[in-house]
Amino acid sequence: MNAVPMRSRLWRAFHQLGSPPYVYRLAGRLAPWLGVASCVLLAVGAFWGLVLAPPDYLQGNSFRIIYIHVPSAYLSMGGYVLMAVAAGIGYIWRMKLAHGVAVCVAPLGAWFTALALVTGGIWGKPTWGTYWEWGDARLMFELLLLFLYIGYMVLRMSFDEREKADRVSALLAVVGVVNVPIIHYSVEWWTTLHQGPTLIREGGPSITMDMLIPLLIMLAGFSLFFGWLLCKRLQGEILRRERRTRWVQNLAVEAAA
Amino acid sequence: MTSLEVRRGGIGLLRDLSFKLSPGQTALVTGANGSGKSSLLRVIAGLAVPAAGRIDWRGSAVHRLPPEDRGEIAYLGHLDGLKQEFTVDENLEFCRSFWKGREPVEPLVAEMRLESYRHRNIRRLSAGQRRRVALVCMRLKPARLWLLDEPLTNLDTRGTEVVIEWLKGHAAEGGIAVVSTHRPKRLETAASIEVAL
Amino acid sequence: MLDVVRQILLRDLRLAFRRWSEMATPLIFFVIIASLFPLAASPDEAQLRSTGAAVIWMSALLSSLLALDGLFRADSEDGSMEQLILGPAPLGLVVFAKIVAHWAVSGVPLLVLAPLAALSFYLPLTALPELIAALALATPTLSVLAAIGAALTVSLRAGGTIIGLLILPLTGPVLIFGTRATELAALGEPVAGPLYLLASVAVLAVSLGPPITAAAVRTALE
Repeated sequence: MNAVPMRSRLWRAFHQLGSPPYVYRLAGRLAPWLGVASCVLLAVGAFWGLVLAPPDYLQGNSFRIIYIHVPSAYLSMGGYVLMAVAAGIGYIWRMKLAHGVAVCVAPLGAWFTALALVTGGIWGKPTWGTYWEWGDARLMFELLLLFLYIGYMVLRMSFDEREKADRVSALLAVVGVVNVPIIHYSVEWWTTLHQGPTLIREGGPSITMDMLIPLLIMLAGFSLFFGWLLCKRLQGEILRRERRTRWVQNLAVEAAA
Repeated sequence: MTSLEVRRGGIGLLRDLSFKLSPGQTALVTGANGSGKSSLLRVIAGLAVPAAGRIDWRGSAVHRLPPEDRGEIAYLGHLDGLKQEFTVDENLEFCRSFWKGREPVEPLVAEMRLESYRHRNIRRLSAGQRRRVALVCMRLKPARLWLLDEPLTNLDTRGTEVVIEWLKGHAAEGGIAVVSTHRPKRLETAASIEVAL
Repeated sequence: MLDVVRQILLRDLRLAFRRWSEMATPLIFFVIIASLFPLAASPDEAQLRSTGAAVIWMSALLSSLLALDGLFRADSEDGSMEQLILGPAPLGLVVFAKIVAHWAVSGVPLLVLAPLAALSFYLPLTALPELIAALALATPTLSVLAAIGAALTVSLRAGGTIIGLLILPLTGPVLIFGTRATELAALGEPVAGPLYLLASVAVLAVSLGPPITAAAVRTALE
């Protein structure tokens, strides 16, 4: 294949992603697949991780919370980056749909951040003595991330005009993403400065295959679940934004018929 | 050649508006309250981006104008843009040095009858006097395109006459002006085109 | 280029001194918080010494938050901001000058007041140079963050209440490194590590902050 049709195809794909009816239908088509796949993966991963995997020799059964904690922590950060990238694309190319994606990601990311915080706290309780230092700093990092999500949503709510809310909040999202690596590394520097790097070590033995495979399955399941929720929310957001256009009105007529 | 082309379409207040101005022309933008006069001027100034269409100043889009060329456009909105804590002279001096204006201040101040207020704080001036200071400030910019949003607000007959004279002089020198007003009668004599919204 | 920075800087400084009560309020606020703290905790010398660094840094953070609302609000309400946006200089440069002016009236006085507060918390005299150095490196970052928050909320009537929510989560690194430097200095240990980190955060903030702030001002007043 030569370069020219390839480029024009990419260009067309980019254009289609800016078209609300196309994305609405795409999200509608993807959603059921994502939903079924995520349910299967979550069921398999949960059974494997909670029942089949052996207990940790240091922590006993309490380690099993990682099957929820790690995927939600990963999604809390990944979600923020996704939100910031979408908002940045929306700001630079004045693409309303990208702002719509950022709007949909924000509450999802905030919920997963809260979930990571709660599960982290529950996990921290039985393992308090060993890695309090590590847990404390990482907890603070997650908490600041939650505040960034909340700040983004509150800033949006305080504007009457959607377009201005889109553009101003996009800048906040982008500024916040600069902060994510800073906070992340500051945690390491902080601990290093305080106690020396020997404290940052794995809590138990290095993770075995029996524990790792269900964790990977749960990560995939959580990601697809996130994608499923995002598709459903995005459909709603598109309808809300495009409610005055003809294609949405036709859709409503079809649905009523 | 200096030319201005405005096309604005899509959603919002104004739809498919299009006009072109050549040197020496003064456009009067008229319309009722809320018809989009101020929005049009803000878009021409490059403060806001049009929902569709584009505004060209000498062949390049106005909101992408490099800062060096923005000195050619002077905008006076419905806010005067003066600092309350500064005196008339301090405000004018900042205007002049920031915009690197070469026009002498004295004659303009005299024309607007502001001589005796020069050391008074803006806070202690009346609304009409503030408008006069803002107009002098606008004149200090070495601009070829004037964008005046309701310049006659709070001005008395004498002030109105000065503005009309300025507009005529500006046009005679080959300058362009876009002036919005909801009372076109008072500015008719200075206008060469009327854009009714 | 430099001419524009100088003009805006002089203008803002002169304005700040004409409204000196507005300028002094955050500083008095800083002194009051720092002196109320021993009332709220206990005036025990050992305890004050151990919490002194945290109190000074939290007070500095809160007082810089108090100083920031007027940064763009006054200019946007009287129409000056529109003129500056349309001015013959890049808005990022104008914003940079305004941030420097804000730092000069809110950050620099803290460099004088904080050591006094530190002494009252029984911090050793030898730790003061390090405290001043840490504050000198941290306050520019705080001013930049303040500017971003002020710009994002400039078109909102109740902007002041939201700024804290937007900005405080971003001050984490400054707080961590600043407190750490002060604590190490009080123990007589080397503080170069956290000072370098504060400096790198400041470089990042001062180089990326002004263009982002300029974009936010432009967008908010669009």
